[in-house]
Amino acid sequence: MNLHEFQAKALFRSAGIPVPEGELITDRSDVPEAWSRLRTHAAWVKAQVHSGGRGKAGGVVRATSGSEAEAAAAGLLGSRLVTGQSGPEGLPVDQVLLEPAAAIAREFYFGMLVDRARASVVMIVSADGGMDIETLARERPDAVLTLPIHPVTGVMPFHGRRVARALGVDGALARSVATLVANAFRLFQESDAQLLEINPLVLTADDQLLALDGKLVIDDSAAFRQREIFGLRDARQRHEAEERAHEHDLNYIRLDGTIGCMVNGAGLAMATMDLIQHHGGQPANFLDVGGGTTVARVSAAFKLILSDSAVRAVLVNIFGGIVRCDLIAEGIIAAIREVQVNVPVIVRLEGTNAEAGRAALAASGLDILAAADLDQAARAAVGAAG
Amino acid sequence: MSILIDSDTRVICQGFTGQQGTFHSEQALAYGTRLVGGVTPGKGGRRHLDLPVFDTVAEAVTEVGAQATMIYVPAAFAADAICEAADAGIELVVCITEGIPVLDMIRVKHLLGDTGSRLIGPNCPGIITPDACKIGIMPGYIHRRGRIGIVSRSGTLTYEAVKQTTDLGLGQSTCIGIGGDPVQGMDFVDCLQLFAEDPETEAVLLVGEIGGDAEERAARFIADAFEKPVAAYIAGATAPPGRRMGHAGAIISGGRGTAEQKIEALRAAGVEIAATPAELGAAVARVLG
Repeated sequence: MNLHEFQAKALFRSAGIPVPEGELITDRSDVPEAWSRLRTHAAWVKAQVHSGGRGKAGGVVRATSGSEAEAAAAGLLGSRLVTGQSGPEGLPVDQVLLEPAAAIAREFYFGMLVDRARASVVMIVSADGGMDIETLARERPDAVLTLPIHPVTGVMPFHGRRVARALGVDGALARSVATLVANAFRLFQESDAQLLEINPLVLTADDQLLALDGKLVIDDSAAFRQREIFGLRDARQRHEAEERAHEHDLNYIRLDGTIGCMVNGAGLAMATMDLIQHHGGQPANFLDVGGGTTVARVSAAFKLILSDSAVRAVLVNIFGGIVRCDLIAEGIIAAIREVQVNVPVIVRLEGTNAEAGRAALAASGLDILAAADLDQAARAAVGAAG
Repeated sequence: MSILIDSDTRVICQGFTGQQGTFHSEQALAYGTRLVGGVTPGKGGRRHLDLPVFDTVAEAVTEVGAQATMIYVPAAFAADAICEAADAGIELVVCITEGIPVLDMIRVKHLLGDTGSRLIGPNCPGIITPDACKIGIMPGYIHRRGRIGIVSRSGTLTYEAVKQTTDLGLGQSTCIGIGGDPVQGMDFVDCLQLFAEDPETEAVLLVGEIGGDAEERAARFIADAFEKPVAAYIAGATAPPGRRMGHAGAIISGGRGTAEQKIEALRAAGVEIAATPAELGAAVARVLG
């Protein structure tokens, strides 16, 4: 789960990571008072959306007076910000963060993430902040320090010393860096984070460390023990159909094609999309309908797929496994009747009683083609979608 | 021969009396798995499916000689269950449970490294040696004992691989679903090392997907040290970067983990690539000649 910058920074602050004193604005008329509380000559107005690349997209605006800040807030609030990562429809800006502009002496990069190859949390730091870390790691690997943190020891004092050295700071500042490293790791663990990123982490003109930006991604699997953090979820930052899928516990991702897909299992769902493309079609979505292919789930899945007006045909690919295919076929027929599906549906059923399942589909009187195998199903779907 | 499990393997179920544990224990028994009991804390001393229930895995080891375990406990308790099994000296721990927090799995992975236990999963269909032992949620009847070792990151896509090799009359020696999570137990290389030693396994079918670098590491191992023929399929060529495709591990990030990179690495290692999921069996048949 993604958090907004202001939410991440609130968690940073309570974990002892220094952040600017900002004001969250949801209504432009609150800007003049907020501006006077900040006691600053310059501030940033930052759109709160779940996407990187906000600056380039015009979502971060500098203001040197309360009226400038109010104008910037008025322009952003209620708009949709289109960034390099957001997709063409953009993301809604419901809040902006008003933050005093800091006098920056140096900019660093600081990140922590789960490294799957090492099966550990690693810290990534660089004395060259502000830049995209992936580009930096590719172009100048020597400028990036990667430090694994062993789960038994957690952050040790030496981690702090190595980070301070990599950032080129010493004395009291090195001690501040070490504290920040320890605090960040504690927050990472306590919040079940997958990614904690401060880019840039700055050294101000008066020698203070400050997290000017903040990103925190929480492990969805930890929702059962992170109720408070998951209460911060902003449903509006996700595609509406994907949000509805989430409510039905379905895994749906909208894509650009014309062939809707309903598959049980994530790997088979990806493989089905690949097969459609192999035969010259384009998948309209990824959808893993999961193990329990009940009428309610299949109906919900059809509704989601058909909410995309680009869909010209639907390919259902179910490898029944232990569940009997004749029961799955009944579920599909009932769901198609309930949802009133008005595009051709191609169904490939495999597993126990697959013959009986195919016969039931063929006898339903609905516009269903029961395919004999996976390849035929994909070809038929591509043909039906035109 | 087979790898990891055979008809003598003494298996227990953790989460034995729960709905999932009960259902899949019944299925395992019907398949012929030598299930010798189960564990549900607080229900020790009872009998379930006509088998003994224990409070702890350690008791199951001393009382009925448990060697392997299948775990069906909820995600919140799964890390504990895996560690308990390893602590009790269980040789093979198969964790079916989906949705274990990744920080839990990091701790589990480091702990397991200090024990003699092997972990399959989590978030996986399990492992099966046809006609001998089934530990997991896969439908037993699609399998047929034979010549192909199958190792896969996926669930239903593994069944696809199994069915196609069965239909072609090739059959399987052992099939392992290693799971779709970013931090997991055995990986492709661990399984390939075992298949290398197994005389029944004549070729390996490897089913990978986008995300991580497990397929690239497998490709290096195959090029350096694996002498049997290998065929492979990688799911997710059409997946857009940055979007997690169902499995927590199936995500292209930072330009890494794409299907193209994995296919290229495997092909360079001499692996036969199945162009589509409909050709899994055909690809492995080609490498057998």
